[in-house]
Amino acid sequence: MNEVIEGIIQAVQLIVSLDEEVLEITARSLLISLSATLIGSAIAIPIGGFIHFKEFGGKRGLVTIIQALYALPTVLAGLLVFLLLSRSGPFGFLRLMFTPTGMVIGQIVLIIPLMIGMTLIALSGVSRTKQDTVISLGASETQTVITIVKEARFAILGGVILGFGRAISEVGAAMMIGGNIRGYTRVLTTAIALETSMGNLSLSIALGLILLAIATVVTGILFLVQER
Amino acid sequence: MIEFEHVVMNFGEKEVLKDASFTIQKGEIFTFIGPSGSGKTTILRLIDMLERPTRGSISIDGTIVSSLKDRDRIPLRRKMSMVFQKPSPLRGTVYDNVAIGLIFRNISHDEIKARVPEALELVGLKGYEDRKAGTLSGGEMQRVAIARAISTKPDILLLDEPTANLDPVSTEKIENLIFSLKERFGITVVLSTHDMVQGQRLADRIAVIIDGRIGQIGTSKEIFYHPMNRAVANMVGVENIFEGIIAKNEEGLASIDVDGTSIIATTAFPPGTPVVLYMRPEDITFHVRDGVKSSARNEFTGMITKVLPMGPNARLKVDAGITLTAVITQRSYEELDLALGKETQLAFKASAIHVVERKPSKSV
Repeated sequence: MNEVIEGIIQAVQLIVSLDEEVLEITARSLLISLSATLIGSAIAIPIGGFIHFKEFGGKRGLVTIIQALYALPTVLAGLLVFLLLSRSGPFGFLRLMFTPTGMVIGQIVLIIPLMIGMTLIALSGVSRTKQDTVISLGASETQTVITIVKEARFAILGGVILGFGRAISEVGAAMMIGGNIRGYTRVLTTAIALETSMGNLSLSIALGLILLAIATVVTGILFLVQER
Repeated sequence: MIEFEHVVMNFGEKEVLKDASFTIQKGEIFTFIGPSGSGKTTILRLIDMLERPTRGSISIDGTIVSSLKDRDRIPLRRKMSMVFQKPSPLRGTVYDNVAIGLIFRNISHDEIKARVPEALELVGLKGYEDRKAGTLSGGEMQRVAIARAISTKPDILLLDEPTANLDPVSTEKIENLIFSLKERFGITVVLSTHDMVQGQRLADRIAVIIDGRIGQIGTSKEIFYHPMNRAVANMVGVENIFEGIIAKNEEGLASIDVDGTSIIATTAFPPGTPVVLYMRPEDITFHVRDGVKSSARNEFTGMITKVLPMGPNARLKVDAGITLTAVITQRSYEELDLALGKETQLAFKASAIHVVERKPSKSV
């Protein structure tokens, strides 16, 4: 018990003293997960919009698959990207394994189904009457899509924030694709896993507290967004 | 000009519009009257090209729109505006809401800045520009929706129950606005309502729609005093409907036998013709027993069997051999000392009765 209390005190000291390693790992985590979220949003929101606004065969089946992938295990996303990026894989020539870029790709694969799904839910939340109103006011197809997406923007943003939360908290894909290389691909989750296994509790707790703080801020923003 | 030719609309298995054919002239106020779910909204949505008919053709100013591609519908739709029964506020201010149709039409910012306050003033919401649309009451939002629709200066204005959420004062304002839009700008207004009186007040012509079928099209006088069949009569509040046979006819003044009771009505049908008689409850007058002869051809003595107060009026059922339904003012009811179970004298003119030939094969 003393060890834990001592760990917490040391962790606070590490944070307050702006320990270089702690800051560096935190910055990398934020950078990788924010990049994955931004790129993922740029892909997922238009796909969600396309699925919502267009009628095509197999639409319902596709939506069901996307919903099932919300719970895609992180190690499976990691395995998939590993197979694609490893030297013998189709994209091995890009040499992205054990790089931050590879980790970004892994997180994108992980969060895209969730963000498409959240976009679909957000757009479905815009009433039929509202959509008809926009069309009857003379909107072209593009104007209709833009206006409806704008109407659903806070709900869509909620999905984006959820995606970021899932990206920054996952450990499986980050470990498998990044390799947890100190000073290069080590992020909060992989560092916590490693430091805990090595018995370095104070650093684990410090990083854990930061991850918890980020998760709290994300949840807070999500709550504020949903309130609007 | 809007033309429907044998238009049928199905939603799944349900046929919501049955073989609708009609023409709406440019610059007229055309009202669809019917109960909820009768197909009024569907007609407005078909005109606005929000739906495609299952069968039949719809043309607007000579262009058949029912078969147009989505993209080709936009320029035509931009000549129209529709106000929905439940107005939908878009995010943002009242200004943003009213301006959006103009933005879609690529109108310049300067013109939008001029048109939005103008439209808001017309609906009595001057100075509301900066309010959040989501915070408005139902009635205010309905007026914003109307401002949004008229700001685009449409040729055709489609109004789906536009005053359903409004108080009487706002309703009057909107009705006056509809009139002035027609008078000042020559806009064609197509309106749906379940409010008979509103239909009567506003419309140049009325179409009565019941269960997806257009029962009758005509002026308000034709619809309210000369219904073509029992369904239309019931819809427009003609409560006295009797079946009878012409017993004799002398120069257009016929004596009609209704279950042994003789009713005098103006009609050209010859003796022996089976007919249906329609009479509005407001056309029956009551008299005290003072021996003074009424000028009305039909005079009866009957017993009041039911009294239903209706605000300033009262609806009475009177058994006079046939059961008559009458509406009189509460003041008259009290002054004539009428009461449930009392005997009273009542009268109605021969011209108050609309006589329609009864075809045995058809329901009337």
